[in-house]
Amino acid sequence: MATKHKFRDTDMQAVLGWVLRIGVIVSISIVFFGGVVYLYRHGSEMPNHTKFTGIPDFTKLNGIVQGILDFRGRSIIQLGIILLIATPILRIVFSIIGFILEKDRLYVFISLLVLFIIFISSIGGHIA
Amino acid sequence: MSVLVFTLIILVGACFAGFVGSLTGLGGGFIIIPLLTIVLHVDIHYAIGASLVSIIATSSGSAAAYVKEGITNMRLGMFLEIATTAGAVSGAMLAIFIPTHFLAIILGVILIISALLSLRKKVQQVALHNPWAVKLKLNGSYPTDDGIVNYSVSNVAGGFVTMLFAGVLSGLLGIGSGALKVLAMDSIMKVPFKVSTTTSNFMIGVTGAASAVVYLQRGYIDPSISMPVVIGVLIGALAGSKILVNSKSSGWLRWMFVIVVVALASQLIYNGIIGKI
Repeated sequence: MATKHKFRDTDMQAVLGWVLRIGVIVSISIVFFGGVVYLYRHGSEMPNHTKFTGIPDFTKLNGIVQGILDFRGRSIIQLGIILLIATPILRIVFSIIGFILEKDRLYVFISLLVLFIIFISSIGGHIA
Repeated sequence: MSVLVFTLIILVGACFAGFVGSLTGLGGGFIIIPLLTIVLHVDIHYAIGASLVSIIATSSGSAAAYVKEGITNMRLGMFLEIATTAGAVSGAMLAIFIPTHFLAIILGVILIISALLSLRKKVQQVALHNPWAVKLKLNGSYPTDDGIVNYSVSNVAGGFVTMLFAGVLSGLLGIGSGALKVLAMDSIMKVPFKVSTTTSNFMIGVTGAASAVVYLQRGYIDPSISMPVVIGVLIGALAGSKILVNSKSSGWLRWMFVIVVVALASQLIYNGIIGKI
């Protein structure tokens, strides 16, 4: 964009507002759709959640794609939930872009640091 | 009880939790975790995972509205998120090693403290000059009916440390720890109430996401439980926020909420002590 308009906090607030809103709407719609599929196929079975046993493979990160291709309700729900978890993280990414446009180096660094902490936990969560 | 009935019960309970949670500003996690564990005998780790997901949904949904109005202090939120995310990650890792009945007891105690905190009278204090607040550009302004109001921020270090603790609790117990975040901002950092509540909300989503990635890898986020919880809490929170706009938050409602929370929390503590959870 070759406009003279300077990127300000108010622009950033508008963008972040949209990122959050769209993220929630899209992910909840997917969760809802997956929920309908799941209940249609398993609604009359007996639930058992009293003891933690680990979730089925088709709701894990590496099995989820196959699960969605097989049209499994819980895989679709899990996709929606992952997108929902990604929404605030996406908000940080957009904040970083916003602070870069504002040339606010300190806050580019601070936002990167927050993103880094989440990144560490997302790769280290299964080690500890 | 079939899967359908089980799902519907959670959905209705989550609606109620989201509704009351948004009216009182404490969030849905307060009621949903005890409901899942005590009434439906769901493993507390699944309950915490589902609660985390619902917290992300409600906080993102309402933050979307607040951030546009320009009340949220984005820089203050971002800076304090260093503390809450670091705390949340440690809390979530810690949760793996703590036996479930201990978790239940800790959660019960924290719920009671937070509920009581929400009753305290709020007195706005004026912030003192803080060199860190200037360096970190934390001082801000927000729109009111009488025009733009400028404010400054006190005791940055104290607020930061409290946020670290809030993050640990959030990761450990799956609650937003909004009460503690607001306390850190308005009592310690002397931020105006409207700014502290909206900024806390803004931060809860990121804090929740930091712990949720750990729970997700551990398999503690079960789609069949999270689905009715997140949909229900969101519906309830939407309804609650519509009502909040139309009426002043009433004192009796707050009291009712505190009584419900204390009753559920005592049940959690009791079950934790006798080892039933």
